[in-house]
Amino acid sequence: MDVMERIKQQVEENPVVIFMKGTPQFPQCGFSSRAAEALKACGEQFAYVNVLADMEIFENLPRFADWPTFPQLYVNGELVGGCDITLELFQKGELQKMVKDAVTAGSNAG
Amino acid sequence: MSVQAGIEEKLTQQIHPAHLEVINESSNHNVPPGSESHFKVIIVSDEFKGKNLLSRHRLVNKVLADELQNKIHALALHTYTEQEWYDQNEYAPESPPCLGGSKAQ
Repeated sequence: MDVMERIKQQVEENPVVIFMKGTPQFPQCGFSSRAAEALKACGEQFAYVNVLADMEIFENLPRFADWPTFPQLYVNGELVGGCDITLELFQKGELQKMVKDAVTAGSNAG
Repeated sequence: MSVQAGIEEKLTQQIHPAHLEVINESSNHNVPPGSESHFKVIIVSDEFKGKNLLSRHRLVNKVLADELQNKIHALALHTYTEQEWYDQNEYAPESPPCLGGSKAQ
């Protein structure tokens, strides 16, 4: 499958997915680590893609949503943003709601 | 011109900030001394009024497209309107420490 198709599939099949350096358990970048921590603190399940383990995605993700850096958080198929946006939304309490709504809607649909 | 000065110049000319801090945080990361690879930008401008965070970051990313593509590795970005900056007592969050995964190996 074409790499852009693979990214699209990840984004569409998971209500919440983060593309990050490393994994939520073993993040390999401070920005990815903080964003994953905020997601974990939302208390819902989320998917992740370790971009360091998939060179094709690493190289092509920036042009998928025209966003130049990692991590990238997608909720309901839409780019939310990178680390700074994720944290700012978390601090405002908006991320928790966004994630919960997406996961709830996803489980109702599935 | 240093990368830092280039970033400052572009943001000043194109986003007209009331307050701008461009901080070279490269020394916190696994790069040679004197590198200009990791930056933090705090930018306060009323050009951000009515724009959500994603749009604000997209605006800055666009202004710094060449830097992001060719020169710098990381950009921490904190964008505020003048009122927001005032409301939070002129404070922006600290950047995270490096965890070593700067390159895909």
